[in-house]
Amino acid sequence: MIEFVLDGRSRVSTYMQLVLQVKQALRVGLLEPGDQLPRVREVAGSLAINPNTVLKAYRELEIEGLAEGRPGVGTFVTGTLAGSSLTSQAELREDLVAWLLKAEAAGLSPEDITALIDTTMRAVGSGPVRKEAR
Amino acid sequence: MNDVGTVLTDTAIETDGLGKRYKRTWALQDCALHLPAGRIAALVGPNGAGKTTLLHMAVGLLRPDAGSVRIFGKDPYSNAEVLAEIGFVAQETPLYRDFTAQELVTLGGKLNRTWDAALARERLSGLGIAPNLPVGKLSGGQRAQVALALALAKRPRLLLLDEPIAALDPLARHEFMQTLMGAVAETGTTVLLSSHMLADLERACDYLILLQTAHVQLSGSVEDLLETHRTLVGPRTDSEQVPGVAEVIRGSHTDRQSTLLVRTNGPITDPAWIEHEVTLEDLVLAYLAKADTRATRTAWDVKA
Repeated sequence: MIEFVLDGRSRVSTYMQLVLQVKQALRVGLLEPGDQLPRVREVAGSLAINPNTVLKAYRELEIEGLAEGRPGVGTFVTGTLAGSSLTSQAELREDLVAWLLKAEAAGLSPEDITALIDTTMRAVGSGPVRKEAR
Repeated sequence: MNDVGTVLTDTAIETDGLGKRYKRTWALQDCALHLPAGRIAALVGPNGAGKTTLLHMAVGLLRPDAGSVRIFGKDPYSNAEVLAEIGFVAQETPLYRDFTAQELVTLGGKLNRTWDAALARERLSGLGIAPNLPVGKLSGGQRAQVALALALAKRPRLLLLDEPIAALDPLARHEFMQTLMGAVAETGTTVLLSSHMLADLERACDYLILLQTAHVQLSGSVEDLLETHRTLVGPRTDSEQVPGVAEVIRGSHTDRQSTLLVRTNGPITDPAWIEHEVTLEDLVLAYLAKADTRATRTAWDVKA
């Protein structure tokens, strides 16, 4: 069983912090299919957060096919993230290193680079760039 | 209002034009609220905004001078049976201080129609609260826990709490919220909790009611409120006409830059504006400042 921890300074919403912690635990193998996630009552009680926030996080994990709720029993891990994307990650990392070197050579500071990545990710997330790329 | 059934059972608190007057001063005026069942709502506002007055009318302690309040569809002032469904923890958690926690649990059983004494004892023992000490001798945090356990023993459908954590130290405050959230997870009780400290409530509440100077400034689901408000930073502008902006709640300006907290009604497409998400605290502060009627610098004859 894992225990959730909240980052009080994070701008990431509480429910997303819970989702990300489960995913991280799945990536590093701390959670495996069949494992039970902490009960909603326990999470709400120990973190002093709204039970609906926990339910929302668990629902999100269910939608992503990573967990399954069994009425009256609890929520259990059904999926896994460990290793699935490791090969593609290595390749992407190489591309990214090459790109970072290029950005550095062009005179961008680390802050410039983070800002660029940030705004680009947001632009792609909101649609138009994705269409351009097609 | 003929189709009583579903509509009313889904609503815990409904007020319409609700008002309360003390002599000539309105403590609450034109209050229109709709709190869906199953929510944990924060009732926020400065001291004197009308929070306690609203809660007292909701629990039938005060009779409205205008409009109406309905709890699960019923008027709490004239319906004793709806009171059985409301748990109420008043400000500073008043308890009979010479009674022990054990005695208060027994007493509650004699005064209430539904009473789960076993549940109250289990909660209190789980918290390590002495059963045989007069509650006046307990710490403030423990007394608050006793008051909460007693309110929960009624197995209420609606739990009203008036500034339950205001007087507690940070640890006791956290422990109180832990107990409350654990209990809500178990029972699904609707909660309305007043406080002037938003930070403690930010993670607990999914509904916000903001009162100021006897009026409702803002109310709605926290998710919707955060979704529809943004802080925009851009070039100095005196115009409030930004595409996608329904209303500027608060603006501050330097000679070159404007910072606006806005309510949106569509995407902010103008690239001159950088958009930031807001926190619940940003939102509350902006709305409070908007309605602030503080004396201006000119009134003090001080140059701005």
